[in-house]
Amino acid sequence: MRIELVKRPQQSALFAAISPFIAFAITLVAGAILFSLLGKAPLNGLYAYFVEPLTEVWSLHELAIKAAPLIMIGVGLSICFMSNNWNIGAEGQFVVGAIAGSILPVVFPDFQSPLVLPLMLLMGIAGGAAYAAIPALLKVRFNTNEILSSLMLVYVAQLFLDWLVRGPWRNPEGYNFPETRNFHASAVLPEVLPMSGRAHWGFVFAILAALILWFLVSRTLKGFEIRLLGQSPRAGRFAGFSSARMVFFAFLVAGGLAGLAGICEVSGAIGQLRPTISPGYGFAAIIVAFLGRLNPLGIIAAGLVLALSYLGGEAAQISIGVSDKTVRVFQGLLLFFVLACDTLIHYRVQIGKAPAVQPKAQSHEQPEAAHGHG
Amino acid sequence: MAAESARGDAALLDVRGLTKLFGELRACDGVDLTIERGEIHALLGENGAGKSTFVKMLFGSLEPNAGEIRWDGRPTAIASPGEARGLGIGMVFQHFSLFEALTAAENIALSLDSRTRISTIAAKAQALSHSYGLPLDPYALVGDLSVGERQRIEIIRCLLQTPELIILDEPTSVLTPQEADKLFETLERLRSEGKSILYISHRLEEVKRLCDRATVLRNGKVVGHCDPRGESAASLARMMVGDEVKAVERPPLSERASTDKLLRIEGLDRPPATPFSIPLRNIGLAVHAGEVIGIAGVAGNGQSEFFEAVSGEVRQASPGTIRIRGKDAGRAGITERRMMGAAFVPEERLGHAAAPAMKLSENLLLSRHATDARAFLGRAGVVKTAAITASARRINVAMDVRKSGEDPAAASLSGGNLQKFIIGRELDRKPSVMVVNQPTWGVDAGAAARIRQSLIELARNGSAVLVISQDLDELFEISDAICVMHNGELSEPVPITEATFEKVGLLMGGAEPGHSAAAGAH
Repeated sequence: MRIELVKRPQQSALFAAISPFIAFAITLVAGAILFSLLGKAPLNGLYAYFVEPLTEVWSLHELAIKAAPLIMIGVGLSICFMSNNWNIGAEGQFVVGAIAGSILPVVFPDFQSPLVLPLMLLMGIAGGAAYAAIPALLKVRFNTNEILSSLMLVYVAQLFLDWLVRGPWRNPEGYNFPETRNFHASAVLPEVLPMSGRAHWGFVFAILAALILWFLVSRTLKGFEIRLLGQSPRAGRFAGFSSARMVFFAFLVAGGLAGLAGICEVSGAIGQLRPTISPGYGFAAIIVAFLGRLNPLGIIAAGLVLALSYLGGEAAQISIGVSDKTVRVFQGLLLFFVLACDTLIHYRVQIGKAPAVQPKAQSHEQPEAAHGHG
Repeated sequence: MAAESARGDAALLDVRGLTKLFGELRACDGVDLTIERGEIHALLGENGAGKSTFVKMLFGSLEPNAGEIRWDGRPTAIASPGEARGLGIGMVFQHFSLFEALTAAENIALSLDSRTRISTIAAKAQALSHSYGLPLDPYALVGDLSVGERQRIEIIRCLLQTPELIILDEPTSVLTPQEADKLFETLERLRSEGKSILYISHRLEEVKRLCDRATVLRNGKVVGHCDPRGESAASLARMMVGDEVKAVERPPLSERASTDKLLRIEGLDRPPATPFSIPLRNIGLAVHAGEVIGIAGVAGNGQSEFFEAVSGEVRQASPGTIRIRGKDAGRAGITERRMMGAAFVPEERLGHAAAPAMKLSENLLLSRHATDARAFLGRAGVVKTAAITASARRINVAMDVRKSGEDPAAASLSGGNLQKFIIGRELDRKPSVMVVNQPTWGVDAGAAARIRQSLIELARNGSAVLVISQDLDELFEISDAICVMHNGELSEPVPITEATFEKVGLLMGGAEPGHSAAAGAH
């Protein structure tokens, strides 16, 4: 038997719009099955995951804390993916941003002034962007596959952080725990509403970043350039746009935002550097970007959904006693179903009869209007 | 039914009511067609008339929705190209499927199912090529062969399977007139041996000359069967188009033809970008205000490389190589060359001239974001959507672009309508230099006439127009002088008053190798 994907002549606009919701619904169904296989009541499990965290004010704050890096990284990645640059290394850019931003409070703890925090944020952005420039440079100069180079640099960044907090940056008063010293007060990103919970300004930055990039992509010539070079590089060159410059632009924006997310997380939520500062935000943000259909406004919503899955995972660990690994399973399911829904909007499945139409002949199945060189 | 199948009165191929639907579109709608043994049968029709769909069903690569195919009197379902070959149907495609890094014999071996030795195949191919007057070296690398020679490989590959019916899809579109003559001899020889040929073309003169009968398709339907020898080219065209095709008018060059060289190319060299692309060698050319210069040539002789160099998608090392309106442009990119007053239309519509998934208005911005920045862009590069939609609408009206919806995606337009838009997008700017590669490829006759007329008008209003085309008829219709590109070199321009098909055809075949020397004499 042969299973083929056949391109649909036209896509349904309705299904294209609701596909993320369908994907989310299927994820819930699959999640219910997962819970019953684990021997838990499915509805209780889903409630613990997706409803309970929304019932209290403090946990809404936690939601914003978790959503901030996801949204920030996600909108940056959307620029990359839209322009056909496959930056998979946001996790590493997040870590390097956090390290670069932490130089002031960790290495120069005596420098305390209102200038410290803005400088930290800028250094975080610069660190993430510089780290993202490595795969960009390799791609432009040597035509390296950016998926591999950006992904592998994640491990380099993580191990570098590990070495820093166990070695040179270890807190001298920290009883040999692998941590840096705690950030002093002027290096801490403050809460937005200190009265009600601990959500910090990172969430506001994330929303601002999303709005700015939304405007850039949908309203400006730069956005047109991003989309054009992503869809058809040759037409982009004909339009006079440079793909090499776009590689740098996309990687620098994504890296800068990932770096900003990193320093916000460290300075706002954690307060020091540790061997592990991210539960995989940089990778989950890939899901966020696609769940939000690469639209910065959609990414805000998608970031909140993914943040909910992190929060729900923590809650479910306590309330119904499932492993924290189920969070990863949920996120994986969600990405899988999003991509599957998108694929099925563009293609239909044909379970074939005719065996082995020779590939030679298939290459001729182009419409008369298509044109190649003789 | 068995009695009927004997090789007797039954036609070789008898197709009844063959229908193929693509969604709503009836690509083929109840097509009837009969091919006798020893007949060359023409299938005529404009692009999009359903010719390709029809032959794909005959060759088993598309499945019909309705209708019957009788082969040798027997109803037959052809499920795959393999089955078609088994029946005795062979096909030579318009776009070749050859591997450039393999030899001719290796390419032939790939398509044969048996495990025959390459040397045996080479010997057979050579014998066959000799007996049909199609000289071919089976051990030559395909990458080194001309388009005509590549076509011979396809034909020999097809003949090796001893087919009864050979389908040829637009075989002469890539040949020089002389090469085409040779092909016709081979086809006539095959006919005399009792083979049948289904000959797909839109070139009416060669159909009149070669074919015994013709079936004309329009919008998927058969509009008539006829004897092409009894028809005039005009009457065949009328059947194909369904309307009179307006002839293009070319007013004579004005007496005081300007001596302004709006586009001047001098000593343009370009090393090959890939192992199989053509290097450009010392190309020189001047296009004056008011004239249309045509560049003829068989596809793959460096035209695309030349276009990229002139448009600035690939820059030159020395600034003086290309001059636009008297200014050095060799090192300028495409945007700067546009700012100097030049406009470009590449060969590929989708993916090069236009982004398929983008709306027409966005595709307008594609080539004009810099030249019309004042009209189309606001502060901080904000796109003025209302302005570009209005301009796109103006272009669509001016060029009579037929489309579904107000501002549809480029890919949803038919080839001809998209080409009208793309040409109109540049004309709307009134460029002083216009360079067009294959202006009417795959465009229906009505749209083609409109495009050609508009290019002539642009020139007569004082611009310099350079047209690269494989279609000699087109070039003779619109050009004031014709140059020929062969193997990366460009001949001296032949004034249209002195140009004949034969003269240009010889140049296309590379008859005048020393034309760079001739260039020096002028």
